[in-house]
Amino acid sequence: MTKMTLAKALNAGLRRAMEDDAKVLIMGEDVGKLGGVFRITDGLQKDFGEDRVIDSPLAESGIIGTAVGLAIRGYRPVCEIQFDGFVYPAYDQIVSQVAKLHFRSQGKVRMPMVIRIPFGGGIGAVEHHSESPEAQFAHTPGLKVVVCSNPIDGYWMIQQAIAADDPVIFLEPKRQYHADKAEIDEAADSSAVYPLFASRVVRAGNELTLLAYGPMVKVCLASAEAAAGEGRSIEVIDLRTLSPLDMGLVLDSVRRTGRAVVAHEAHVNLGIGAELAARITEECFYSLEAPVLRVGGFDTPYPPARVEEEWLPDLDRVLDAVDRSLAF
Amino acid sequence: MSSDVIASQFGPQLVQGSQRSDADGGPELVQLLTPEGERVEHGSFSFGEGMSPDEEAALVRGFYRDMVLTRRIDVEATALQRHGELGIWAQLLGQEAAQIGSGRALRPQDFVFPTYREHGVAWCRGLDPLQLIGLFRGVDQGSWDPHEHNFGLYTIVIGAQTLHATGYAMGVQRDGSVGTGDPDRDAAVVAYFGDGASSQGDVNEAFIFAASYNAPVVFLCQNNQWAISEPIERQSRIPLYQRALGFGFPGVRVDGNDVLATYAVTQAALQRAREGQGPTFVEAYTYRMGAHTTTDDPTRYRLSSDLENWKLKDPIQRVKVYLTRNGLVDQQFLEAVDAEAEELGERLRAGCRSMPDPHILDVFDAVYAEQTPELADQRSSYADYLDSFEDAAAAASTGALENAEGSR
Ligand SMILES: Cc1ncc(C[n+]2csc(CCOP(=O)(O)OP(=O)(O)O)c2C)c(N)n1
Ligand SMILES: [Mg+2]
Repeated sequence: MTKMTLAKALNAGLRRAMEDDAKVLIMGEDVGKLGGVFRITDGLQKDFGEDRVIDSPLAESGIIGTAVGLAIRGYRPVCEIQFDGFVYPAYDQIVSQVAKLHFRSQGKVRMPMVIRIPFGGGIGAVEHHSESPEAQFAHTPGLKVVVCSNPIDGYWMIQQAIAADDPVIFLEPKRQYHADKAEIDEAADSSAVYPLFASRVVRAGNELTLLAYGPMVKVCLASAEAAAGEGRSIEVIDLRTLSPLDMGLVLDSVRRTGRAVVAHEAHVNLGIGAELAARITEECFYSLEAPVLRVGGFDTPYPPARVEEEWLPDLDRVLDAVDRSLAF
Repeated sequence: MSSDVIASQFGPQLVQGSQRSDADGGPELVQLLTPEGERVEHGSFSFGEGMSPDEEAALVRGFYRDMVLTRRIDVEATALQRHGELGIWAQLLGQEAAQIGSGRALRPQDFVFPTYREHGVAWCRGLDPLQLIGLFRGVDQGSWDPHEHNFGLYTIVIGAQTLHATGYAMGVQRDGSVGTGDPDRDAAVVAYFGDGASSQGDVNEAFIFAASYNAPVVFLCQNNQWAISEPIERQSRIPLYQRALGFGFPGVRVDGNDVLATYAVTQAALQRAREGQGPTFVEAYTYRMGAHTTTDDPTRYRLSSDLENWKLKDPIQRVKVYLTRNGLVDQQFLEAVDAEAEELGERLRAGCRSMPDPHILDVFDAVYAEQTPELADQRSSYADYLDSFEDAAAAASTGALENAEGSR
């Protein structure tokens, strides 16, 4: 058992994946000597060499495009995009090539690629460093999209994503990198850990279901705790996977509570919350006591850092939505 | 003997790892002022042509002042970041000559598309440094009017601005502001970018568009040897300026720590553009003496001896030596510049600390030229939501007052 932050857990998970499978490669800007700007790949180049931990030229389309070729050649590239806002130069390669090669080749070509993206705000950064582009990828058939929210998930999910035979967009909540520590049992049987494409109830309750992922899980847990202080019982689900969505737990929960609120940092318009609201409405209309409410970023570009705290959904805004739902 | 006929007969001269930043830039480096402060001649470029000795000396004194003040902006902003006043700062330390030399070669009608590190060029374009500081403090994303200063917004997405510069230059062509011979009309555009940026697809596409249309654009690459932790040879195996040839326009490598040479070369490149001769690639060979930004730790990836070597080529020191040794400045001038730097520093510190924070509701107002009804609704419901806290706070304080009165 070792106590680790999310950053350390991801580093340990990557290390283990590289030990387990010699075909696993890491590629990205500054991932070598520097260990990445967030140090997620710290020490890996030293131990696995420059052939396996590849400092790339400064070109995201180049990183993903060459990873496609490496994957066709039988490698399992794990690509780091330095910040969320810099994934777009690679967008064409991701949506037109990575996402479609399996389909176009009728499965003769596999894309066992992981694209790691530190995402989300709250770190006081300049523009393009705080975005939440998950819906853009979840909207693309052929890609899988997962989000870790805590060190234990970080450690296991990154290994599971690397082992998966489909391309996985792996989102890491950057404001959580160094926030909390958790005990990780590295000796645990990896086949027995919680599956990758599955949501999880992280707090049980019976009056309302709060749905979140990544950085908002912590905010929602705090909101549920605050609501408990006022006698309200809120269930919190960490979605963990956005594509595919794991609706089983979600629908069971909403059928019990009759109420759902979705929270994410991303813009509300056409976001993950919209999909969840639609599916919940379709599947458990008769159990609903209130419309599904969404809390999220406003439909503006991410604002300057000095107002980001007011822009980002926080405990108060989550509770406001909870209150509105309960009052319905 | 190599059996590689292709490489031996048709290959480029590859840059070897050992030739990196401690290398001197090679014989192709255009230099007019040595690190020791000696003026030297160059076969193709000269400084001060057509100027009287007094005019020339005044221009160099101006460069000196610009560089000292620009370094001061950088030092102050770095300190402000350390004190928690800025989120981050991208230091230009060591790149003053590359920026002042090129920036001062511009005419008012020229247009600049910068990266995030062009504080010296911004200075030349008449921006208040507090506007740069505001961006890094996080109060806005660039508060200046690009049209007022002919200086675009800082661009953080690496390389994107090189295409914008090319397109702007295509507009200049269509406006007939190229090759008229009217010095107040003919205009050029400058795209600033880094050595790392030269790998981006956008940048290479910009070269192709500019070449294809013979656009009046100067690609000014500050090769500061590093893209965060990655050395230049990760991006290019040949000297960067030679890339231009493959795209079909000339490339020049200039000593970016030599303000005279950078001025002369940029001026010549701008003039080509204004006359309708098309694009030029200028590689200003320099060194990032500071960290990539205030959050970076260069000790993780580069040798301090590298930095020590480059300190000997300091862009400001050589001008000071030149001016002093040749009796072109007196002590009074140098002291006045220092005093001005002090004053500027003080103004920046005070100005930064008193900068008003933006209001969250303003965030909704600039998204579109024509506000959408749904965004307007979002704004007003958020305003109501915020008001509800104020109402609650007001009620609470009235309540407290009543209680206080009741207990009296
Ligand atoms: C598209 C994109 N990818 C990655 C980054 C992160 N990043 C910021 S600066 C930088 C290095 C830039 O190096 P260079 O072009 O040499 O300019 P310098 O910083 O040295 O001035 C990187 C990778 C970015 N801003 N944009
Ligand atoms: Mg550079």
